[in-house]
Amino acid sequence: MSSGSMIGVFTSQEDVLAAVRRLRHEGLVIADVQTPYAVHGLDQAAGLRRTRLGWVTGIVGLSAAVAMLGFQTWVSAAAWPINVGGKPFASTPAFVPVMFEVGVLAGGLATVLALFVVCRLYPGKQPSLVHPRVTDDRFVVLIEVPVIKGPTIKGPGAGPDRALAASICRAHNAIEVSTDGVEEVADAA
Amino acid sequence: MADLALAGSASTATTAPISTAPTSTASSAANRSLRPPLIAGGKTPSEVTADICQPLERRATPLWWAAFLPSLALLLVGVAAVTYQIRTGIGTWGLNKTVGWAFDITNFVFWVGIGHAGTLISAVLFLLRQRWRTSVNRAAEAMTLFAVMCAGLFPIIHMGRPWLAFWMLPYPNARGSLWVNFRSPLLWDVFAVSVYFTISLVFWYLGLVPDLATLRDRLQKGFKQRLYAFASLGWNGSLKTWQRYEMVYLLLAGLATPLVLSVHSIVSFDFATSVLPGWHTTILPPYFVAGAIFSGMSMVLTLMIIARVTMRLKAYLTDNHIDAMAKIVLVTSMMVGFAYATEFFTALYSGNEYERFAFLNRALGPFAWSYWIMVSCNVLTPQLFWWRRMRRSLPVVFVASILINIGMWFERFVIIVISLSRDFLPSSWAGYTPTWIEIATLVGSFGLFFTCFLLFCRFLPMIAMAEVKGVLSS
Repeated sequence: MSSGSMIGVFTSQEDVLAAVRRLRHEGLVIADVQTPYAVHGLDQAAGLRRTRLGWVTGIVGLSAAVAMLGFQTWVSAAAWPINVGGKPFASTPAFVPVMFEVGVLAGGLATVLALFVVCRLYPGKQPSLVHPRVTDDRFVVLIEVPVIKGPTIKGPGAGPDRALAASICRAHNAIEVSTDGVEEVADAA
Repeated sequence: MADLALAGSASTATTAPISTAPTSTASSAANRSLRPPLIAGGKTPSEVTADICQPLERRATPLWWAAFLPSLALLLVGVAAVTYQIRTGIGTWGLNKTVGWAFDITNFVFWVGIGHAGTLISAVLFLLRQRWRTSVNRAAEAMTLFAVMCAGLFPIIHMGRPWLAFWMLPYPNARGSLWVNFRSPLLWDVFAVSVYFTISLVFWYLGLVPDLATLRDRLQKGFKQRLYAFASLGWNGSLKTWQRYEMVYLLLAGLATPLVLSVHSIVSFDFATSVLPGWHTTILPPYFVAGAIFSGMSMVLTLMIIARVTMRLKAYLTDNHIDAMAKIVLVTSMMVGFAYATEFFTALYSGNEYERFAFLNRALGPFAWSYWIMVSCNVLTPQLFWWRRMRRSLPVVFVASILINIGMWFERFVIIVISLSRDFLPSSWAGYTPTWIEIATLVGSFGLFFTCFLLFCRFLPMIAMAEVKGVLSS
């Protein structure tokens, strides 16, 4: 982890939500929040933009459906037309079920693959956890604080932002605040 | 998880999906006073992790072996029967020129129907913001997968040469290219069932990823830990990942909802697009979909009651869960009963003598016993669920859920065998008796289903931990 970050560890979703709001209000940069489950409203509190993954579903699903309709028409009317009880070769209503199914299949698979790609999730990846219990019951805020070069009053790198962030976290019942970098805390826990 | 759409409750349903926290806090406070908690016993998130992971971390209990070994034995019976019939030919079945579909297609429709409840719980109830679903969705989705696997086997075995099953797919070949017939409902079935299986599998796996990460971080070392680590895709619960994940979950639920309605509609087209009296009706698609959800929800009840008792999950599968599912069973039973009455009335009122005969023959003909098993199990038994005490009595719900599944199996038998055995020409009328091979194949499919389900309970968290933790505070 970058030396310019610090973490606050919380035990409840209400606390982490309030702390993130406060931190952002004070102009601090939230690098990440790792939580055991999706905390409702946290994405807005941290100022995340709405994801555009829905476009993948729509575009891939619709194109696959249209392509499948074309393929069925080509197969049934051009490549090998078979007269079945005098029905028209390009019998479009009969092609709707397969068109729909293939559209759903392509849209669904493309959406999940897109999720894995944009979130860089792949089998066997080493997870980067800021705290060993984030997949159990801990809510951890990772705050980016600018490193101030040279000596300051409080010591090297300890700018006013660090103290502010730490006090906000403590005010919201953080059970652990680390201003010394992430790895040490992860080891200690 | 799932809070994106499940935020708050019905009281916030009118606001945007992502509301601000003060609203959601206020609504969850209101919930607390109005509704009993979804999870009993005031569990904390770490207790949820411990409760659900523990069965996976200790050795299998004698009770598990007592269930697993008989299931495996049934599966082996099925394997032996299928091997014999493939070696000898499907002449080993009791089919004849008139009744060309019987046990095989009955079993196929039965198993596909069972699968529908899983998708209903994971997708439809998700969109309807029914937060109690979090306790049952994982197991119900697993049930869907195993049921669709069982379903897929029957048409493939029925082909007689299962190694040529790939001929059902449209691929360029050296025969012309000779393509598949896209106008055939049987081909629509191939697409519907395989897409349904694939999307259900992806949906289920996506839901598992955060829980696999929890297991990975809990176990620390060992072979199992490495497997969980491999499959958990480096999940770290990062905010951006959760946000995208929830959107994808919502999109998949949106896709799976019309999909689940389409699958059993397409299965019903196998019958509805033919000209046979008793099959050739427009009511079949909604009737089949309602029946599928009805039978599937009963199977979920059977499995959940067993799980609650044997795996000590009473805090997660509360009386309220059983009650809610029993209500869905009651509603779908009424739909199915209404469909039985409608098709009977339509046939009698139609003035078409073949239709009229087909339905009178169902109720009064040589297979009348199967018709009345169907009516008593599917329409009469669920009437018990009008009473709250009955919906909350585990023995009553358990027995009723099994009776309903027997009834739903007979529903497909009635539709398929009775209609086929008496068609337009009396000279082609015939009876049907299943052979031991067919019965053994059906038994084997139950063996496959329960073997897979028990292995799932043993190696994967059967309750979605990340979702349950999200509804603890409400």
